[in-house]
Amino acid sequence: MYSATEKALIVSIWEKVTPHTEEWGGEALERLFTVFPQTKIYFKHVDTSPGSAAIRSHGDKVMKAIGSTAGDLDNMLTTLSSLSNLHAYNLMVDPVNFKLLSHCILVVLANHLPSEFTPEAHLAFDKFLAGVASVLSHKYR
Amino acid sequence: MGMAEVMDTSIFGLLPQLPNDQPTNQTLTMVHWTDEERQAITSIWAEVNVEEAGHQALTRVLVVYPWTQRYFSTFGNVSNATAIAGNHMVRAHGKRVVVALGDAIKNLDNVKATYAKLSELHSEKLHVDPENFRLLGETLIISLAAQFGAAFTPDIQAAWQKLMAVVTAALSKQYY
Repeated sequence: MYSATEKALIVSIWEKVTPHTEEWGGEALERLFTVFPQTKIYFKHVDTSPGSAAIRSHGDKVMKAIGSTAGDLDNMLTTLSSLSNLHAYNLMVDPVNFKLLSHCILVVLANHLPSEFTPEAHLAFDKFLAGVASVLSHKYR
Repeated sequence: MGMAEVMDTSIFGLLPQLPNDQPTNQTLTMVHWTDEERQAITSIWAEVNVEEAGHQALTRVLVVYPWTQRYFSTFGNVSNATAIAGNHMVRAHGKRVVVALGDAIKNLDNVKATYAKLSELHSEKLHVDPENFRLLGETLIISLAAQFGAAFTPDIQAAWQKLMAVVTAALSKQYY
């Protein structure tokens, strides 16, 4: 459940993320692979070295997918339906990794938007990313 | 680190695998820090505003995970973000926690022994769920990212996350 304030916070912060989805998405993934190296097992055929084009492009995709839900939080299940299928039936990423990536995204937001990423914004985003994770693992079993 | 250590801390989930090249019993249970990791920790620590980082980290725990407010009923009003951020007792307590972190940083090769009494305090007197150590570790990382910006690189973050995991394990040690 998101309050009206939380919804507004998520939208306004995301507006600042939108011009940087590739750079910040890439950075979030780089932090994920550096801090939690076990996550690289899901990227065996990808160049995961820092700054790689593959990772920037993937980070961009991930951030844009998250952003696609920011304006309509109550309909995440519909918006992310095909991604939910993908994660459940093809990728089968262990759900613990959603928490690890979410944490890294929060670190990136704090890093680049220190004054906007207030404790209230942090709360709203923690809920938001947990919501996305929940939808992505929705069809796992 | 030996298997015993990994099993000990496995419920905390985020402890990285470390090379097991130590032959003696004592060194099997020591945390191994590379020079780069030590440098990452001490260089950031030298610039940390202890009171501000503690205040940020603890405020975020109380705001983002409101159920943690259960431990602060004697602190007055901690029921909403504004009250929490302006609460003098929260500020003082946040500072105390980060000052104590300094003890771990001065004793990286023996954090468990350094925190034995603190661990007992948290389990026997304060009855704090150890999950809270992990949450505070996360919000401290986020607070550092906000203070240091680009200087808080992925490698530096990794060293600090390892420190947070070691501190969490040490504080959880005396629970039974």
